[in-house]
Amino acid sequence: MRGQPVGWRTWKSLLLVGTLITPTIMAAQAPAYRAPRTADGKPNLNGIWQAMTSAYWDVEPHAAGPSLVRELGAIAAVPGGLGVVDGGQIPYRPEALARRNENRAKRLTLDPEIKCYLPGVPRATYMPFPFQIIQSQKYVMFLHEYAVAVRTVYMDKHTEPPADSWMGWSNGHWEGETLVIDTTGFNDMTWFDRAGNFHSDQLHVVERISARSPETLNYEATIEDPQVFTKPWKISMPLYRHVEPDARILEFRCVEFVEDLIYGNLRKQPKP
Amino acid sequence: MTLRLLQSIGILTLACLVAPITATAQTQAAQAKTNTAKRPYTPPRTPDGQPDIQGFWTNSTYTPLERPKNVDKEFYTPEEYAAVVKRAAANETEQTTPGTTADVHYDFTQFGLDRSQSTMTRNLRTSLIVNPENGRLPPLTEEGKKRAAEQAEQAKKVGRWDSAEANQLDDRCLIMGGSGPPMLNTAYNANYQIVQAPGYVMILTEMIHDVRIIPLDGRALPNRNVRQWIGFSRGRWDGNTLVVETTNLNGKNPLEGSSENMKVTERFTRVDKDNIQYSFTVDDPSTWSRAWTAELPLRTTEGPLFEHACHEGNYGLYNTLVGARLEEKKAAEAAAGGGKDTAERKPAK
Repeated sequence: MRGQPVGWRTWKSLLLVGTLITPTIMAAQAPAYRAPRTADGKPNLNGIWQAMTSAYWDVEPHAAGPSLVRELGAIAAVPGGLGVVDGGQIPYRPEALARRNENRAKRLTLDPEIKCYLPGVPRATYMPFPFQIIQSQKYVMFLHEYAVAVRTVYMDKHTEPPADSWMGWSNGHWEGETLVIDTTGFNDMTWFDRAGNFHSDQLHVVERISARSPETLNYEATIEDPQVFTKPWKISMPLYRHVEPDARILEFRCVEFVEDLIYGNLRKQPKP
Repeated sequence: MTLRLLQSIGILTLACLVAPITATAQTQAAQAKTNTAKRPYTPPRTPDGQPDIQGFWTNSTYTPLERPKNVDKEFYTPEEYAAVVKRAAANETEQTTPGTTADVHYDFTQFGLDRSQSTMTRNLRTSLIVNPENGRLPPLTEEGKKRAAEQAEQAKKVGRWDSAEANQLDDRCLIMGGSGPPMLNTAYNANYQIVQAPGYVMILTEMIHDVRIIPLDGRALPNRNVRQWIGFSRGRWDGNTLVVETTNLNGKNPLEGSSENMKVTERFTRVDKDNIQYSFTVDDPSTWSRAWTAELPLRTTEGPLFEHACHEGNYGLYNTLVGARLEEKKAAEAAAGGGKDTAERKPAK
């Protein structure tokens, strides 16, 4: 060390500190913008939001690709994306990576979204549908257009998950400008995207949401699941407000749209 | 939990059988009036100044929508009410009698209202309908009669187990009676969570995690070609009463034979800490000769609501369809086999 120039030492220690406190910096950076307040003095995240990314196809970097269904041609072809995963790749355990690849190969039948199943977390956030945040003192509600999926974030009373579920059990608190949500109690049946990225029921998601401007939010989620990943990994993306004055969450009650797919082979008479 | 919730698929069907036998609950109407007369209740305010109706609520009740035909008064005495509840509860328990079909699937002492896990409202009314005064639906219009007849005719052509689509909406996990509007009581889990934010009231129904997001800003209705299962609701505060008007229903979830032209006006008034007086008026000139109104109190219950992932584990629908096809196959084989036997026996004669 002695032989090294001071500049290098400083740089190195900065790097070290930077690595250690990156999450803090990330969280602290965005709140350079101070959100408007609710009547009870909390950052006001109320609104109808949507991600603008192709992460719903694949959270990892990916080039554009063809549709899974030949007849849909370019309509359902996959747009490319630079990825939302920090560092690009999800740190899978080897056997889990094999499972992911198998999921991907069979995604036309295995992806829970195809059957209109609840999307889980964080997938619900960046599906190609809006969601609305309804923020009260005790609860922050995430109301998704897709499949009428709902998540209640308990702000005042934090409890353990009563049972495993699709959308998990969320406890939240405020850290300055940032809404921090800790979610556990997941089942192992949801995916992260349409590319087969998956988790076990040991999934633990910590989301950090803060306003970055009047019409955008910073969203990041740290994902931990020792059964599937070698270390925690993080996704981040902005969310955009629907600014149309009549914007509202419409009904996407997709059960109706998948019944023939799921139960069609059990019809008494073939469909005319 | 999931399994248990999923066992519920189809239970509503049973509940429908129970419903006509049921009777009453609810004193709120009367109680509320008395309370109000004594000392007007002022609900607390949310931070943004709305009357606060937030919390966990239930509209669980034995009171039927229409007054039973053998009852000719508006209110039961407390003794009569107790007897009615006892009878309804016994009816639920009966379904778990060993050896019955129901017993194979359901334990109503767990699911039913009698020993239910949730609170039950109490009301001496003999029907939810308060107007017309006879507690019954008004007469159908000619159009309403014609449509009912056509639907009945159509229903004869389709067996309930012929396909998923031929099943009831709740068996299909598409929508349930609690979702509304109007929000009617379900046979169990009749629980709601209300959360308010500036400009909105949100009502989460536990059954099928259905959500109503009601804007309070007086915005225009969407184009009438945009129709939804739960329609479009718009709300406003009239003093301490939340008034919600809903139109643009898609008509696929008819209420007692209603059409897509139905307009529902709901009124929520918190009459004390633990009770919301909920009433709704149904106006559908395509179906009924006049509008009708029902009252169905909401009472506080203990939260939280749990995730009712109905569709995701709908083994009930899958299994009944598999069973129906199997029955048909067996019947066809028996018929063919029977024919064969006869044919074989004939030469032997």
